[in-house]
Amino acid sequence: MYLSTEKIKTDIQQIDWLQLYQQRLASVKDDRLTSFYKAGTFAPDTPIKAIPFVAVDFETTGFDPKRDGIVSIGLVPFDLQRIHCKGAKHWIVRPRTTLDKDSVVVHGITHSDIKSAPDMMRIVEYLLKALEGRIVVVHHRGIERPFLNAALEKRINEGIVFPVVDTMELEARLHRAKPLTLWQRFRGHTLPSIRLVDSRERYHLPYYRQHHALTDALATAELFLAQVSHRFSEDTPIRELWK
Amino acid sequence: MQIEPIEVLDFLRRFPPFNGLPEETLGWVVTEIEVGYFKADTQILELGQQVDALHVIRSGAVDIYRRNGELYNKLSEGGFFGEFGLLRDGKIRFPAKAIEDTLIYFLPVAVFNKLFDEFEQFADAVEIEDRTRLRQAVARREDANELMTSKVTSLITREPVSIISSASVHEAALLMTESSISSLLIMNPPDHPKANSVAGIITDRDLRTRVVAEGLPYSTPVGEIMTEELITIDASQFVFEAMLAMLRHNLHHLPVLQKDRPVGVIAISDIIRYESQNSLFVVSNIFRQHSVDDLKALVSDVRASFIRMVNEDANSRMIGSSMAVIGRSFKQRLLELGEEALGPPPIPYCFLALGSMARDEMLIVTDQDNAMILDDSFDPKLHDDYFAALAKFVSDGLDACGYTYCTGNIMATNTQWRQPKRVWQQYFTEWIDNPSLEGLLHSSIFFDLEGVWGKTEWADHLNDHIVRKARQGKRFLAAMSRNALNRTPPLGFFKDFVMEQDGRQNNTINMKRRGTAPLADLARVHALAIGSKARNSFLRLDEIIEADILPRGRGQDLRDALELISMVRIRHQALALERGETPDNSIAPENLSEFERKNLKDAFQILSNAQKFMKFRYQGAR
Repeated sequence: MYLSTEKIKTDIQQIDWLQLYQQRLASVKDDRLTSFYKAGTFAPDTPIKAIPFVAVDFETTGFDPKRDGIVSIGLVPFDLQRIHCKGAKHWIVRPRTTLDKDSVVVHGITHSDIKSAPDMMRIVEYLLKALEGRIVVVHHRGIERPFLNAALEKRINEGIVFPVVDTMELEARLHRAKPLTLWQRFRGHTLPSIRLVDSRERYHLPYYRQHHALTDALATAELFLAQVSHRFSEDTPIRELWK
Repeated sequence: MQIEPIEVLDFLRRFPPFNGLPEETLGWVVTEIEVGYFKADTQILELGQQVDALHVIRSGAVDIYRRNGELYNKLSEGGFFGEFGLLRDGKIRFPAKAIEDTLIYFLPVAVFNKLFDEFEQFADAVEIEDRTRLRQAVARREDANELMTSKVTSLITREPVSIISSASVHEAALLMTESSISSLLIMNPPDHPKANSVAGIITDRDLRTRVVAEGLPYSTPVGEIMTEELITIDASQFVFEAMLAMLRHNLHHLPVLQKDRPVGVIAISDIIRYESQNSLFVVSNIFRQHSVDDLKALVSDVRASFIRMVNEDANSRMIGSSMAVIGRSFKQRLLELGEEALGPPPIPYCFLALGSMARDEMLIVTDQDNAMILDDSFDPKLHDDYFAALAKFVSDGLDACGYTYCTGNIMATNTQWRQPKRVWQQYFTEWIDNPSLEGLLHSSIFFDLEGVWGKTEWADHLNDHIVRKARQGKRFLAAMSRNALNRTPPLGFFKDFVMEQDGRQNNTINMKRRGTAPLADLARVHALAIGSKARNSFLRLDEIIEADILPRGRGQDLRDALELISMVRIRHQALALERGETPDNSIAPENLSEFERKNLKDAFQILSNAQKFMKFRYQGAR
């Protein structure tokens, strides 16, 4: 019993991304996706110093990819040396679902902003181009990949897969490796927060206002560089980081 | 749509010198910014490293050091560094280290240069020290009768871009954008009495202050907003005059005219960059380095100053002596560093330069020939460890700086050439009194010697000893001249070029082996014969001419031949350096112009005749 769970775990961890890209390339119909998969991804042993990354952040109307939609997209390309604002992109898009008041409070994008905004499909070509040949870095992989997948499925009946490096998960490895003991809980200990702002603070990164997709993408890229320089090395293979 | 990273923009708005920039400029600057993270205690910039951006501290703390390792400055949020390197030759003068976890915003060099050229406030903030330096450079230039009397045209890097005065500001802005320039020359229209001459200039700043801020229509002719009464400089004027004009009128751009036609525009940054390639600058820099690695970082400056002298039509003597001064400085600085590391020498010594350095005929491709004279109290058991270590330190350092090890092992690292004074005198006595061809074959180089460090007067004593003895030594002179005939000019029976057949360099002539080296040998033999103390071949030839031992006119011919062959060799090396190739001495005659070939043949003919005369004079008719 114990063994088999272990085995499943490693299987999940070791998705063969190269092969998966090949399979998708053979089956997708959409030109934009064909081009995306054609650019391929990296062998699992590739040291991260040789990899171009792109940090991505979505602001959404909620947390459920099936029901909620994307309202803005920010991304910034980088490598281990530097983050390049020159390639940064920011789009406001019109979700097919309605904006509720709560999420407006979070990301500050209002009805009038999105009334003039294009549908996701108008920018998807540029978005995929910006991700092509790069490894995506996000803070909390529960948002960007599933939302992009769902948005594409809704619109062109084809989803998307790609590996991501999740800076929140990298923090969790350090701070959530062991649950608190009863004694610790009794003493009032709490687990350190692994939210973007709090994680950044641990690496002495400056405070950035949250919930602007481009700023959050930049903040994520900076956090990743800090994590690498404190905890990994430029020779760390990508397989140890991606999911 | 907001595509600027707002946090970066807000940060720049808060700190000088960025807070003085107009909003639209800042909006552009942030989209060019790069970001990097440095963990506490990591080096951000190393001395001599190439710098490609102004470093602005977003958060954290950074220590800046002088080249000698002293702490120069401590910087925190909003502080910037790297500007000195950017303003000079792109090399880091002040290393930087993160002392806390630090986030850096990088302002790429192109952005930096643009801000520097266009915004005086920005330029003033980053260049305070360089202004003083530039002023010193001007002062130095005015009172020094230097070899660098170069024309402003040597600073021009591109054709001037211009537009007619009737064109609209919109057209002007488009042209400036397309050509990525920050200033544009405005020309008089063809129907103007001064047709095709410069009417004025506009800069990016003028478009902002005189067009956008004033709310003028884009159709406004540039002629209405340009700066007239232009301050310009004539193409025949000198670089220091351009410097003075720019300082006097506080200009960042200066148009260069040739007979009223514009031939280019020079910017203040061009002058600062140029100044750092001055060979005097290189020498003063050598003495400010604190390690072999630091010295190594100067090699590209040395090459740049070599190329620059060639491009400025300096003659071979200027170039040869400048390169020798630089080489000697490397040696002296290495000896200083060596003595710092190993402690003071246990007994006095003198470090010798031999060969081309001693003759002031050094070029860029050269190996190291050196030796040491030790005090007569030298006791190998007590002292030799020290001098062997010092010699090795210097020799390794020179090799690192591009002066490769001597293949004949004529270096102070060789025990034979690291001896007390009395042994050196015996060496020379033996060479002169009992000359053998083999003995002298590899030792002719010792007859060009110079003390560069320590008891340099010992080198003078040895030279006196040589001069006194050599002129009497008939057999010695005969042997020396025989050896000097080993290397002949490449003229065959048909008086055409003879090529080297060493396999690798087919169809080429080695300009050193077949040209400058036999000429130097020839001058040395005659100089020893007349008791001349000169070491430079040109100076030797001058004294030989004065001594009147050559047929009339032949001495002058030899000078011309030496200059011509040297310059062909020098230009060949400079060209290789400019192309990024490894310079050598092999010339393919097919790459020479007909004119050069003819002159070279004449020069080799002169050398050939002079060798025949030398043979006759010192070996007698046999």
